[in-house]
Amino acid sequence: MKDRKPNRRGLARRDFVRMSLGLAGAAALPGITRLAQAANQQHIGTYPEGANGKSVFIGIAVPRTGTYAVQGEDELKGWQLAIEHLNSGHPLIRAISPKTRKGVLGKEVTFGVADSAAKPNNAVQAEQRFITENHAILMTGSTSSAVAVAMNKLAQREHVLYVTGISGSNDTTGKDCVRYGFRQNFYGQTAAAAIGPVIVKAYGRNKKAAYMTPDYTYGHTVTKSMQDYLASAGWTTVTNQVSPLGAPDYSSYLLNIANSGADVLINVNWGHDAVLSIQQAQRFGILDRMKLVIPYQIPFLAPETGNGLTAGVYAATDFWWTLEDKYPLAKMFVDAFDKKYGYKPEWGANNAYMSFALWAEAVENAGTFYPPDVIKSYEAGRKIQSTVGEVYFRKEDHQLVRPVVIVQGKKPSEMKNKEDYWNVLEIVPGAPLMQKPDAFGCQLGDYV
Amino acid sequence: MITWSNFVSQLFNGLALGALLALISSGLTIIYGTLGVLNLAHGAMFMLGGYAGYMAYQATGSFALAVLAGTLALLVVGIAMERIVIRHFYARPHEDQLLVTFGLSIVFVEAVRFFFSSQTMNVAPPGKLSGITSLGFMIYPTYRIAVVGIVAAALLVLFVILYRTKLGMIVRAGIEDARMVDALGINVDRVFMAVFGIGAMAAGFAGIVNAPVVSLTPDMGEAILVQTFVVVVIGGVGSFPGAVLGGLIAGEIISLTSMVNPGYAYVMLFAAMTLVLMLRPRGLLGARGRE
Repeated sequence: MKDRKPNRRGLARRDFVRMSLGLAGAAALPGITRLAQAANQQHIGTYPEGANGKSVFIGIAVPRTGTYAVQGEDELKGWQLAIEHLNSGHPLIRAISPKTRKGVLGKEVTFGVADSAAKPNNAVQAEQRFITENHAILMTGSTSSAVAVAMNKLAQREHVLYVTGISGSNDTTGKDCVRYGFRQNFYGQTAAAAIGPVIVKAYGRNKKAAYMTPDYTYGHTVTKSMQDYLASAGWTTVTNQVSPLGAPDYSSYLLNIANSGADVLINVNWGHDAVLSIQQAQRFGILDRMKLVIPYQIPFLAPETGNGLTAGVYAATDFWWTLEDKYPLAKMFVDAFDKKYGYKPEWGANNAYMSFALWAEAVENAGTFYPPDVIKSYEAGRKIQSTVGEVYFRKEDHQLVRPVVIVQGKKPSEMKNKEDYWNVLEIVPGAPLMQKPDAFGCQLGDYV
Repeated sequence: MITWSNFVSQLFNGLALGALLALISSGLTIIYGTLGVLNLAHGAMFMLGGYAGYMAYQATGSFALAVLAGTLALLVVGIAMERIVIRHFYARPHEDQLLVTFGLSIVFVEAVRFFFSSQTMNVAPPGKLSGITSLGFMIYPTYRIAVVGIVAAALLVLFVILYRTKLGMIVRAGIEDARMVDALGINVDRVFMAVFGIGAMAAGFAGIVNAPVVSLTPDMGEAILVQTFVVVVIGGVGSFPGAVLGGLIAGEIISLTSMVNPGYAYVMLFAAMTLVLMLRPRGLLGARGRE
């Protein structure tokens, strides 16, 4: 190549750099060996290196660009608030994790953020860097279940704990579950089991449904769960429009739906894809003829779609800020978040905050950052106070057992303030909704 | 699902999709054909046109002014981009041109994200065009029907500029053989600036005209850029009629495939591109001997 200019000694610059790196590596080798010898038999993943100092590091890979950027930013704020609360020993964190004083096991929590653009490859590369360079003791991130599944595999391979961000696929704690991965928000299956009876009651039996499905693990599993549940009420699927993540236009899919004779449009799309497909459905006159259902609610959907398009729409969600009227911890969370960021948190932020709080609770109870002990602490099934009441982890699939919140969109005229988009209809207890832990083929794998 | 009414609906929808793709692609192909620069910032310019129009729309409430603002803003952006950055890259390798335009696209996208956030911004279609029109065999958003007409008019204007003006003659001559045009004593420097400006303007115009159809996000140019490249490859690199034909073909492929199996709509688009590259590597209307 032309730009490979030799230096004065006739050595190509790249060769020079390579040789220098090699020499540096050779010089460092004895030191590295000593480090390895110094580590006791408990060495696993980034432990103990990641927990030796005054602080511990969390690697966050979150979409800040692309289709899920809006939701990713909200999540990030939730994580940042949780870290701030952990380091200051905020009363909210201490209500969830009573053994917490300041930090986690007295160590300050630090973090790094990378943009995943909701792409598995980006997320895995970023987290691999956090593991290598920062000895990350915990990883998080995902607004796409494709990322969550890839991160699960990385976590198990590297023996570094991973708590999912937003991820609704049945695979995350189902067939792709791992010993080192934990999920705070519910299965798509759980969402379907919670919202199914509500829409059958509202719209009747034996209806024809059209689906819009994003073409990856989240979309396919949620659509399947909805179809399975609704089939028991005699509902049929007249069309299922599968589209790629970030499709620039939905007109051709919507024409198929317009011509399908469906009674109900069940839109499983997420992020900006949901916003765009709903707006375009309205412009094609589809929302005048069909009822819209959102099985897994999308943060900021109502303000982004605008024009009251979510009025009357049923959705299942993890959290809505008006739960502050029912749960004291929800009120503490909403107040703290609103004070810091100037808006009411969406469920992505709540999920993020809770996932860190639950991790701190598990570590404090384990009394160590040693991953197998932290995992066993998660698996102990302790009842924990959360922003939606009492919750606990299932040890068989590392899924949090928690209620599902059913909401219905308000008309603009019904809103009491500019953020009052959804009315909480029901808070459905999680345990009776959930399938058996092995129903989706979960095999957690080894501790070490 | 394949029914007669759905087939006709999708056929029309393919035309509407294709018209827009044709307009965006024509800007890209004119720039590449004349300047030899593959502008990876073209998608970002499409997005910028939308946001510039959005600001005008917010300030005035007039959609016509928004279209004017989006178009003129991108003319200015295009000329500035050519004068400040691109002209220094004409003589440099293609990889450098790709990298600098890719870099500029990131700067544009992140600048917009900084000022507007990632949240969706909406531009309403003008009042008279905001409803739904029944065409007998289907109902279709009125504004989308109007877009077909608007884009057709814009393509006609581009056609007149390219085929009925002296500038157009020089541009077309430049597409065939830029060196010869230079040798004939024509100030190619100024022509290049004009071409880049016109190409950017076409993207900006498409961006704001499309805004009521798709709503705005900083990332909206990314997906459209990929499709635009496919259109240009199918139609023939550097060919204005090729961009129009390629756009219409791409629109119909996406629309008609989704009627049969929506999961394969975009796969078929790339399959068609592969087929064209195998059977006619210069594209359907690409001429032999072009660089």
